Amino acid sequence: MKSLLDKCCEKCTHGPQTPCRDFIKCRKTGPICHDDEACRQKRQNALSDIHLTKGSEKKNILICAGTGCTSSGSRKLVEVLQEELQKHGLTDKIKITITGCHGFCEQGPLMIVEPDKTFYVRVQDSDVAEIVEQNLVGGQVVERLLYKDPNTGEPAETYESVPFYAKQQRLVLHNCGHINPEDVAEYIANDGYAGFVKALLDMTPEEVIEDVKKSGLRGRGGAGFPTGMKWSFVRQATGDKKYVVCNADEGDPGAFMDRSVLEGDPHAVLEGMLICGYAVGADEGYIYVRAEYPLAIERLKIAIAQAEQYGILGDNIFNTGFNFHIKIKAGAGAFVCGEETALLTSIEGNRGMPRVRPPFPAQKGLWGKPTNLNNVETYANVPYILRHGGDNYAKLGTEKSKGTKIFALTGKVNNTGLVEVPMGMTMRDIIFTIGGGIQGGKKYKAVQIGGPSGGCIPEENLDLPVDYDSLTAAGAMMGSGGLVVMDETTCMVDVARFFLTFTQSESCGKCTPCREGTKRMLEILTRICDGEGNMEDLDTLERLGRVVKNTALCGLGQTCPNPILSTLRYFKDEYIAHIRDKRCPAGVCPNLLVYKIDQEKCKGCTKCAKNCPAGAITGEKKEPHTIDTEKCIKCGACLQGCKFNAIYKA
Amino acid sequence: MSYVSLTINGVMVTVPKGTTVLNAAREAGVFIPTFCHDPNIPRFGACRICVVEIPGMRNLPASCVTEATEGMEVYTESPAVVEARKTILELLLANHPQDCLTCEKNGDCRLQDYAFRYSVKEAGFKGESKDYPLDDTNPYIIRDANKCILCGRCVRTCNAIPDRSVIDFGYRGFNTKIVTAMDTPLGESDCVYCGRCVTVCPVGALAWKPLAGKGRTWEMARQDVTCTFCDSGCVFEVLSKDGKNVGVIPKASGNGRPLCLKGRLGLELKYLDDPPPPYLKKDGEFAQVSWAEALGLEDILAKLDNKG
Amino acid sequence: MASCKCEQNLESQYQELQKVFDKYRTVQGALIPLLQEAQEIFGYLPGDVMKKISREIGVPFSKTFGVATFYSQFHLKPRGRNIIRLCQGTACHVRGAAKVFEAVSNDLGVDRNETTEDRRYTLETVACLGACGLAPVMMVNDDTHGRLTPDKAIAEIKKYD
Ligand SMILES: Cc1cc2nc3c(=O)[nH]c(=O)nc-3n(C[C@H](O)[C@H](O)[C@H](O)COP(=O)(O)O)c2cc1C
Ligand code: SF4
Ligand code: SF4
Ligand code: SF4
Ligand code: SF4
Ligand code: SF4
Ligand code: SF4
Ligand code: FES
Ligand code: FES
Ligand code: FES
Repeated sequence: MKSLLDKCCEKCTHGPQTPCRDFIKCRKTGPICHDDEACRQKRQNALSDIHLTKGSEKKNILICAGTGCTSSGSRKLVEVLQEELQKHGLTDKIKITITGCHGFCEQGPLMIVEPDKTFYVRVQDSDVAEIVEQNLVGGQVVERLLYKDPNTGEPAETYESVPFYAKQQRLVLHNCGHINPEDVAEYIANDGYAGFVKALLDMTPEEVIEDVKKSGLRGRGGAGFPTGMKWSFVRQATGDKKYVVCNADEGDPGAFMDRSVLEGDPHAVLEGMLICGYAVGADEGYIYVRAEYPLAIERLKIAIAQAEQYGILGDNIFNTGFNFHIKIKAGAGAFVCGEETALLTSIEGNRGMPRVRPPFPAQKGLWGKPTNLNNVETYANVPYILRHGGDNYAKLGTEKSKGTKIFALTGKVNNTGLVEVPMGMTMRDIIFTIGGGIQGGKKYKAVQIGGPSGGCIPEENLDLPVDYDSLTAAGAMMGSGGLVVMDETTCMVDVARFFLTFTQSESCGKCTPCREGTKRMLEILTRICDGEGNMEDLDTLERLGRVVKNTALCGLGQTCPNPILSTLRYFKDEYIAHIRDKRCPAGVCPNLLVYKIDQEKCKGCTKCAKNCPAGAITGEKKEPHTIDTEKCIKCGACLQGCKFNAIYKA
Repeated sequence: MSYVSLTINGVMVTVPKGTTVLNAAREAGVFIPTFCHDPNIPRFGACRICVVEIPGMRNLPASCVTEATEGMEVYTESPAVVEARKTILELLLANHPQDCLTCEKNGDCRLQDYAFRYSVKEAGFKGESKDYPLDDTNPYIIRDANKCILCGRCVRTCNAIPDRSVIDFGYRGFNTKIVTAMDTPLGESDCVYCGRCVTVCPVGALAWKPLAGKGRTWEMARQDVTCTFCDSGCVFEVLSKDGKNVGVIPKASGNGRPLCLKGRLGLELKYLDDPPPPYLKKDGEFAQVSWAEALGLEDILAKLDNKG
Repeated sequence: MASCKCEQNLESQYQELQKVFDKYRTVQGALIPLLQEAQEIFGYLPGDVMKKISREIGVPFSKTFGVATFYSQFHLKPRGRNIIRLCQGTACHVRGAAKVFEAVSNDLGVDRNETTEDRRYTLETVACLGACGLAPVMMVNDDTHGRLTPDKAIAEIKKYD
């Protein structure tokens, strides 16, 4: 019995062809069908290898191999660590586990020593020998590699004491970064598939749906539709064939929570889909994954293959007569395919142009059959709900938004990464406590939530408890949960233009308001950023925004004016400054900047005059220089070159 | 059959269950503009000119794809609806040549009619507009992609005959365009010049080349004729100006009525005072051919000749 | 990834395509995966290949062309040996991705979606690679590079031949 999931002896008959009802339970507490102490011991040994207890001889080194840490060099760390362990003859005692993302990619590559929870950040190849000698051999933590609070300089020995993690409640991300996503045994040892087994063996499909309804879970893909209700529609729809589809198209720029779940804990998504399949009466599932996520696709393929190998996916699962198969479809690069009808038509092999609803996918979805479509994070919540019961889940969160939500915290914030918090936490807590505040001590301006379909939250709304309804009321939207923090150096007109550039280039072109309207809104915003706008443009933007929102066919068009409408609502003065004063208050829009030389600081070294490609700078040697703003082409060459910081933009 | 009752602009209407709001309005004699809707081809809901206001519904739904339900209240010309229609028309015109004076479709164009009705005088937005070359390399159909409003009717009607399916949507977003395979001119595609697409185009993006410059639509008298070359019995219109028959065009590609080039050519020969010479594609190039060859009658004529 | 495949192995490329057809014979909705696999084989989607795919699975050629031009992953023209995808997503944008793009574009002498004359690089942009924590970010072929500065980006790119 090499793995927890292998046969203990010849008496075990479980396999895909001859499934055993008690397989999952048996591997953790068995054997069940026969009585043999040796077999029991084998199981317990395998389990204790996975769950090391404090003070144990054995150690488990977790190395993050998520996309972030991989690009910071974590693969190389694995090799070096292997060599070092060999050198010290530690290979038996110390296991290396390659994990998915911990969510703190900025500090990567991350390395964790279990069971002590020692948390090393920004580990380089050259640090490995020291970790092995000092920590693994000598039992002393390598202090210089610990995370240090950027404000106090205080080191944190374990990940639990890092403020970034301390305030989080990692329910969906529970396994991410802590188990090997390429080994189903580790998932099962951590309560994996227990929720599915409970649903399949002890509950009727209706009871499962009832439990999900009770949990209050709402879709994490954007709109927040109650998941249990969606499932019951699919259950009630008539049809000989039904499908379960997972939306893993995560196209929202600035969001990567689905990616991390897929890379770090793929079985949680498979388990959620299995439970859903059982509940709605489907026997086939598709996962539509964005093409830009090769690692997620790889991990999913491995997970599906392992689940099939142990009879968790396939026909007659656990001898119950329930069949379920999962296929992967790779997207081909179109943001609009995250929209449910576009996604389904794309799976069918068409251009991803949304269809009018009704009929909703629950009635007529994939190939015209009733189809349940949910987001990755939504499915990943389901195993927890089944294990702990809908009532318990519903204790978390606010009145109408239950459970936790994963946010991708990025932008001008100190700690960027994935954070999972209970619904209802204030934005201030997320950004200032978990996120550690604004980079470089700058002033907070706003946070953009919900990506291109969302809006911004200014200072005055920072104490808003974050949930679906409060965000909508504030003119923003939960969306997928991307949080981009912006400071005083971010221009809000530029931000609106940025999002419109995105939606304009991703519009499918089917309906008039979105195809033509996004183009015109973008043109107007570009004119304003270039200093060529006029005051009527603001009314036109509002009218266009209103009409596009009201008449577009799908969610992309219906929400794409939000970034404009919300920045107009909270930051109209910035628009007016661009139009009336031809000035960009944040100093971002290049056409509105003038480069100036601080006459006090300038030493007259003449470097800038030589650097300037337009010959706009003049002055006597050793005398303060000046810039002719008419000639200046705003390339910034002078500013970069000045040793005395005498040049500034205004 | 069960029925539902709803009010349209305050007037009660009763229609069979399953009727769209658009059809209910038409039943009640209430006008709603449409571009992409065509009762004979699959629904699409793309142009959004047909939006109406229905209290309780999110946004302004498109009436052509919204089912009328019991007790529904519909407003077809509320301020929000009028603002939306005007804006949509302005958006379309901002990306459309201002070419009505010389356009073949002048007088029979929906874009023109609706702009008039909602008094949209000009584009209203300045900016980039499309600039594609005119496709008039074949003897039958002129395509002007710059006038196309992407209603998709041509695509849907061409694709209704599976082994034609010559055109489809191509590219994406603002660059969306109706294309043949590899975006070649129509003359280089597998098009059979049946003209189904031309009959459904609501604007001047598709026009009959043989009729170009032969007269304005209001100068023409029209007479329906039925093709008898095959069982389909397609209906055509013979157009005449000043008492002279100048052209034959298909009237509509009804359900199960494929339309074809041969039928139209045959009718041209039969009805026109001065039929233009027929062309067929040979080795990829269009060549003028005899009427007998165009109509596939060479064998029969040869036999008739032999019999003397 | 797309590496240079010259005229000589056109025949073997078509043989490979044939194998792919066999794999998808019974698959529903095969058009997009077929185009993806064909692009892997040929490096881009030549018209003849799209035509062959259309015939093989009984989809109108016009539709295949419509699908291929809809998705940004598909390319109708040959591309470079190394594909650079610079993220211009939100997180990268606020951390200066535009400057990185400008520098790389100037250095290579190509604009967005263009290929250098020696076919060494194709420069593309993408909206978020899902590695925002390391913004600004780019992918070269299948490798992700983060915490870029204009100089660092250029230096990394030079490592790909
Ligand atoms: C333009 C657009 C893009 C979307 N992108 C995504 C996406 O990337 N992932 C996702 O789960 N949902 C996305 N959605 C929402 C889906 O349409 C759908 O509501 C969701 O997947 C349903 O799952 P849920 O109920 O679990 O949230 C998008 C919607 C729109 C209109
Ligand atoms: S709203 Fe935009 S993306 Fe949606 S159908 Fe219309 S054009 Fe396509
Ligand atoms: S480089 Fe700086 S110090 Fe030197 S002349 Fe220019 S502004 Fe003055
Ligand atoms: S298509 Fe209609 S609106 Fe356009 S130029 Fe012709 S007549 Fe005028
Ligand atoms: S003429 Fe007929 S075959 Fe040709 S594009 Fe139009 S509808 Fe299709
Ligand atoms: S050519 Fe005519 S029918 Fe076809 S999409 Fe354009 S406007 Fe509609
Ligand atoms: S037009 Fe063609 S298809 Fe129609 S009746 Fe005449 S011969 Fe038949
Ligand atoms: S990839 Fe390592 S923490 Fe995210
Ligand atoms: S006519 Fe209704 S959407 Fe076009
Ligand atoms: S925005 Fe660049 S990786 Fe997400």
